[in-house]
Amino acid sequence: MAHHKPEITDDLFVHEPLEEGKAEELAGTPSNFWVEAAKRLLKNKGAIMGLITIIIIAILALVGPLMNQYDYQDQDLIRSNLPPLVTGMEWMGFNGEDSHGTNVYAEREVTDAPAWFGTDEFGRDLWTRVWKGTQISLFIALTAAFLDLVIGVIYGGVSAFYGGRVDNVMQRIVEILVGIPNLILIILFILILDPGITSIILAMVITGWVNMSRIVRGQVLQLKGQEFVLASRALGASNKRLMWKHLIPNVMGPIIVTLMFTIPTAIFFEAFLSFIGLGLQPPLASLGTLIEDGYQEMRFFSYKLIFPAIIISAIMISFNVLGDGLRDALDPKMRK
Amino acid sequence: MVKFVIQRLGYMVVTLLIIITITFFLMQLLPGTPFSNPEKLSDRQLEVMNAKYGLDKPLAIQYFTYLGNLIQGDLGVSFQSQGRTVNAMIGERIGPSALIGGQGVVIGLILGLILGVISALKHNTIFDYGAVFIAVLGMSIPSFVFAALMQYYIGVQWGLLPAALWKDYSYSIMPSLALSVLVIATVARFIRSEMLEVLGQDYVNTARAKGIKEVTVILRHVLRNALIPVVTVLGPLAVSIMTGTLVIEKIFAVPGLGEQFTLSILVNDYSVILGITLFYSALFIFVIFIVDILYGILDPRISIGGGKKDGTS
Repeated sequence: MAHHKPEITDDLFVHEPLEEGKAEELAGTPSNFWVEAAKRLLKNKGAIMGLITIIIIAILALVGPLMNQYDYQDQDLIRSNLPPLVTGMEWMGFNGEDSHGTNVYAEREVTDAPAWFGTDEFGRDLWTRVWKGTQISLFIALTAAFLDLVIGVIYGGVSAFYGGRVDNVMQRIVEILVGIPNLILIILFILILDPGITSIILAMVITGWVNMSRIVRGQVLQLKGQEFVLASRALGASNKRLMWKHLIPNVMGPIIVTLMFTIPTAIFFEAFLSFIGLGLQPPLASLGTLIEDGYQEMRFFSYKLIFPAIIISAIMISFNVLGDGLRDALDPKMRK
Repeated sequence: MVKFVIQRLGYMVVTLLIIITITFFLMQLLPGTPFSNPEKLSDRQLEVMNAKYGLDKPLAIQYFTYLGNLIQGDLGVSFQSQGRTVNAMIGERIGPSALIGGQGVVIGLILGLILGVISALKHNTIFDYGAVFIAVLGMSIPSFVFAALMQYYIGVQWGLLPAALWKDYSYSIMPSLALSVLVIATVARFIRSEMLEVLGQDYVNTARAKGIKEVTVILRHVLRNALIPVVTVLGPLAVSIMTGTLVIEKIFAVPGLGEQFTLSILVNDYSVILGITLFYSALFIFVIFIVDILYGILDPRISIGGGKKDGTS
């Protein structure tokens, strides 16, 4: 084998032509986690529509009951069972006619402000009651979700942080709680507590936090042992930087996603309890009690069922779609 | 495997014991006993009943009597229906519930499977979006809202199927359909994501490269592997079916367990409520147990001893 050393001359080296895209990619400063997540979320049309729907419904739930002169518990027998009537929207079915096609407003000579969503058998205005009910349902769901979050984060965090025997005992408890069908526990607790907003929330929280605690524990355990945390520490990152730059963004994603799915579940449970007769007592209204009342009379007064049914479905769909979108945006690894 | 089964059995027993204990002490908190109405029972009857259920003894002994009765499968006597045992009430009402529940699961699994497979094979086409949309609707709209609307349109307005009651087989169709909605949605979403994952695996490419027909690839290699994890959703699905029967039987006036349950809530028949609660709990815990073991057997990749931690619920 002959030793042959080719001489390396300068002209063998050529400049790599600059690529437009490449330069830009390198020049861009690494953007913030939340900015990127928001960008990903904004691209998801379904999730944005869900978010907008939730905002609109939430605003209406707050201001809706104030938009006419009727209170949610005002009874007025002259105005009982009025079909929906909106001046200018008669073509959409809001024409004040009952199932036989007679205009009830003209027949009974009701001249004061029309009921946009109709009235119930006691003459209570359903527009007011539906939005008041939405307000109460959302309040119950948000409070329950918030309590789940607090208990779940503390329990899961403590369990993962201390580890060892503490973790072992705490996880055995969780394992048993997971085995109990939560609906059954909820029903049992409602039976001993008087039905009401507080007891419904308490009953839902009793089992609701378990899921959140498992998510938090899993996340913290996983992060504790990861190289990037060690690497960052080795590079001299302060605890504050470690927390805000690495731990919080990684734990927050799954927490927010879980929270997003907790809310519709809570709304469903509240409506479900009301539907089987364990919910709020009149004159209070929630979406569940309104659906239950409307269902009883749906044959002749279908409007009583349809409006709360549409709103609860819209809320549930919006939260589920938003939850899916957030999961994709916050954690691309979790994308399904 | 044996260790795993024994461990699961242990959890099952502990969970049941806890539920029984909770229900027992709840019973103490609730007003009255099944026999506190003197007009309905003579003194002699009262004595016999109190002795049988140990109501004249201290709380601790009552607890063990209750436990003993439960082990023998005795759920007690109804507060409201004179002289009827909870066992008899459950026994005569289990049939319709089992029928609509079973049909609901079967319809749901089949339709969900079809929807999920179409969605995955036609990924990112209009079919996929349509299927995903249907699945989101099915997941989101509460079953009782769906059932009420079905009853109103299919039953009352169009008169296609009987709207309520329980006379012949046709009366079971609408309740079963209403129950299957959530199953369809859950299974479709699950099959879709599992199939999309399997479709990207190397062994699928290998099978295709070997020149195996596409149909065979899908059936033998993709679907078979995508189906295994579906077992994990069976547990939660069983729960939602049970939850569903509570309201759907009320809506369609099906004389099943769920209807008895809601009826008992209305008339404060506590012993029946608790009896059915225990029955449902036991059934649910048993289903979860079976699903856990099935999953261990079906998927050899899962280490059975440790179990799958990020489980199903």
